Amino acid sequence: MKLKLDAQTYWLVGGVLALLVVSSLIGWVLSSCATSDKGKATVENLNARIRAWWMMVAVFGLAMATGGIGSIVLFALTSFLALREFITLTPTRLGDHRTLFWVFFIILPLQYYLIAIKWYGLFAIMIPVYAFLFIPIRSATAGDCENFLERTAKIQWALMICVYCISYVPALLSLDIPGYAGQNGKLMFYFVLVAQISDVLQYVWGKTIGRHKIAPSVSPNKTWEGFIGGIASATLIGAGLWWATPFTPWQSAGMSLAITLMGFGGGLVMSAIKRDRGVKDYGNMIEGHGGVMDRIDSLCFAAPVFFHLTRFFFT
Amino acid sequence: MMKSLFAAIAKLISGASARWVGCVPDVRQRVYFANHTSNLDALVIWALLPTHLRALTRPVAARDYWTKSKLRLYLANNIFNAVLIERKKPTAHDNPLTDMLNALGYRNSLIFFPEGGRQTGKDIAPFKGGLFHLAKDRPDVEFVPVLLENLNRILPKGEFLPVPLMGSLSFGTPIKLEAGEGKMAFLHRAQDAVTALQKT
Repeated sequence: MKLKLDAQTYWLVGGVLALLVVSSLIGWVLSSCATSDKGKATVENLNARIRAWWMMVAVFGLAMATGGIGSIVLFALTSFLALREFITLTPTRLGDHRTLFWVFFIILPLQYYLIAIKWYGLFAIMIPVYAFLFIPIRSATAGDCENFLERTAKIQWALMICVYCISYVPALLSLDIPGYAGQNGKLMFYFVLVAQISDVLQYVWGKTIGRHKIAPSVSPNKTWEGFIGGIASATLIGAGLWWATPFTPWQSAGMSLAITLMGFGGGLVMSAIKRDRGVKDYGNMIEGHGGVMDRIDSLCFAAPVFFHLTRFFFT
Repeated sequence: MMKSLFAAIAKLISGASARWVGCVPDVRQRVYFANHTSNLDALVIWALLPTHLRALTRPVAARDYWTKSKLRLYLANNIFNAVLIERKKPTAHDNPLTDMLNALGYRNSLIFFPEGGRQTGKDIAPFKGGLFHLAKDRPDVEFVPVLLENLNRILPKGEFLPVPLMGSLSFGTPIKLEAGEGKMAFLHRAQDAVTALQKT
């Protein structure tokens, strides 16, 4: 899978780097302005997030530069780490041990292998059909009936969210879009950029003018101001990036709106799971952000929808 | 070299992070006592100690298990520097306590599982007497409670393939045998110290 690195790609990368430089400068200025303890803590967390963004952009950039296979390996690893966080948080029993071994070491690599060989007919159904049926069979063979349905559902859910949904990001590289051959790297970049910048903008709008909470019991940081401001500004940015995609400006705005709305929904759902389990973050791997799952929750929900919208209307 | 490699592998498989809740890493002599659910337990505590402490800290392990194959014996002697004790039929000549006291010496620390074997249930089993005798003979040594969580899901008893979940390790506040404290009272207090770490 070869990806063309054309002028538009460099514009996208350059834009993101410029954004990071500006954010780092703002963070640096804010850190000398903050006076109250609460303010200092917020700015410290902001700067930790910005530092982590530099790392994440570097890793993503490197993966893209090595072509399609680098991106597939990167997202396979991301799936692995997210799955690890997810299963750690959900209680399973001894009877699930071998099922989990299958999930981590056979089903996960197989899904990404199918993406790498672009076998759409199988990668789109392997987990929702075959793995869905296999998991309860394997667990039942182990003979432990306690909370069987609940345990099985948790493993199936983990696999759907952490592996199946995330694998749709590199699957974007396999779409054959007329007049866009070899340029799918930009489409993937566009998708990740819009989904993540929507998260960032929701955070920024929420921190600056957020007053009215949307679902305080699920996510105390999500406000209507953050939601509307974040979605609207991220959609505008997405529309403005139409030149890097196969879409017209209006189509690009529609796509971005779908991505940001699904991303918001993903963040909300994954928060509900965290609250139920009584934790604030899925892990502590990414400084300032929490775990891998905390960073990719919006990608999980947006990726399959964006993939299928693009596939339906543009291929 | 091999030791660092093993420590790195153990950290990777267990995904474990150490939380020093009640004390900080220190070269003073200690007995780290922990709940025991997985073959990874001793390895993970040992691996998560800072390198300079790792060289001074010896896991106490069952001789019958670790002498079963050449590989196990090699690992026990050359990598972990384990103290192999007889747990089935101790005699006056082959007394686990003597072995442990000798191993402690004047510099070393120990990793010790006072439940006597790996447990499969959720709860921590009552501690056996060894911990009390150690505390009585070595009042100068700190006894550090350690809580291991999730390692039994990574590699449960009876399984040989690990599943890569994330374990966690909490080090609590050191305890010592109080003046006039009886055996059962001390063992209960020690067990409570491990259990209490679940809520931190």
